[in-house]
Amino acid sequence: MIRLRDIRFKYNSRYILDGLNLHVRPGDRIGLVGPNGCGKTTLSHIIMGLLKPESGDVEIFGKVRTEESDFREIRGKIGFLFQDADDQLFCPTVLEDVAFGPLNLGKSPEEAKAIVASTLAALKLDGFAERITYKLSGGEKRLVSVATVLAMEPNVLILDEPTTGLDEETTERLIEILTTSDLTYLIISHDREFVKRTADKVLQIKRGVICEVC
Amino acid sequence: MEIEEFALGDSFIHNMDPRAKIVAAVVFSLVVALSHSLQGVAAAMLFPLVLIALSGISLRKVALRIAVVNAFILFLWLFLPFTVPGTVIFSWGPLDVHREGVLQALLITLKSNAVLLTVMVLLGTSPIFSLVHALSHLGVPDKLVHLFFFCFRYIHVIHEEYHRLIHAMKIRGFKPGTNMHTYRTYAYLVGMLLVRSFDRSSRILAAMKCRGFRDKFYILHHYEMKNYDYVLTASSVLVSGLLLAAR
Repeated sequence: MIRLRDIRFKYNSRYILDGLNLHVRPGDRIGLVGPNGCGKTTLSHIIMGLLKPESGDVEIFGKVRTEESDFREIRGKIGFLFQDADDQLFCPTVLEDVAFGPLNLGKSPEEAKAIVASTLAALKLDGFAERITYKLSGGEKRLVSVATVLAMEPNVLILDEPTTGLDEETTERLIEILTTSDLTYLIISHDREFVKRTADKVLQIKRGVICEVC
Repeated sequence: MEIEEFALGDSFIHNMDPRAKIVAAVVFSLVVALSHSLQGVAAAMLFPLVLIALSGISLRKVALRIAVVNAFILFLWLFLPFTVPGTVIFSWGPLDVHREGVLQALLITLKSNAVLLTVMVLLGTSPIFSLVHALSHLGVPDKLVHLFFFCFRYIHVIHEEYHRLIHAMKIRGFKPGTNMHTYRTYAYLVGMLLVRSFDRSSRILAAMKCRGFRDKFYILHHYEMKNYDYVLTASSVLVSGLLLAAR
């Protein structure tokens, strides 16, 4: 589904990704670990087309993507969860925020509302629709962010540090949501315990390339 | 920060169509602002007062907010009565108080309070996002509407960021004083806020793009004008019309 070949990316005149290869197949549940600043987030932004690599191919769903328009096609199909939920949730109410993606994908307001209702129900967030996003607690914000991503019915999920600032209970819920879904996903995290419980394969970025941990 | 504290009530003013409220507030404010008749403006004050009574919002909170604005108006009273030429009604040492000056200060005071109260009771009683939607339904350009909306949505986040920075300064023993160190520190604070806000805005845009944003917002809620919405709009136009006639 996602295939990166020989990716090089320079940050402050240093190559943080230096000939990196990555292959995500359907059904993969990958955890990506590594120290701060090793390029984990950069890698995910390259997959989404938010950053451009200096060289190398980004192949997604069987096609090499280079232009902004190439990436527009795939953004609905790859759900991306940002590190900071305040970046992700920008609409006033949960309903509008979760509906934002489906509406962008061309759903009618009625279809979007139905998708919101079923997504919230699946995440046990019933009754959240009319809540004000910036008044949610940290854990609630995270779960609603997950809802905004799942509402687009993606084929692949990329989660960037999903457990930052979460309490145990919310972390458990997130683990349950991920492990009971049949989604393909790539989790970027420092949280070894979380990665161990959610991923089948753990990868690490070392000196700009990917190596397998276990 | 309690920007929306008046929006929480449940009177018919609160439940009114925000489009009707915006139109009513704009028409009323324009006419009051342009009016020159003291009696007319004084009578117009009744309009917001009646609305406030109907809406049941806390008079204490209204008074508190009004007080802030009137603190600025106080300066007009310090200068206008002495500087506008006209009939002397009172002499106090070398200072003469002129009738025209007093009337002008009074007119400005009444005008500002009438407009302020109307905006407060009509627009303050709607949550910001319904105002945003109403604005776009009224055909206000998208860019302006988005600007207004994002200002509101992220003022909260920036406010929190500001407090984090202030706390970080305090726990390291920062005490503001009248010296170069204080000025420099505050400049760093403002600079840091700007940089962080800019970074955040880039991240928000990236997050929006990842959810398929293509420079267009879709509206989920639609409004329906009800009878009392027409009554409000009509009464605002009527009051404004009377004011115009009073000229």
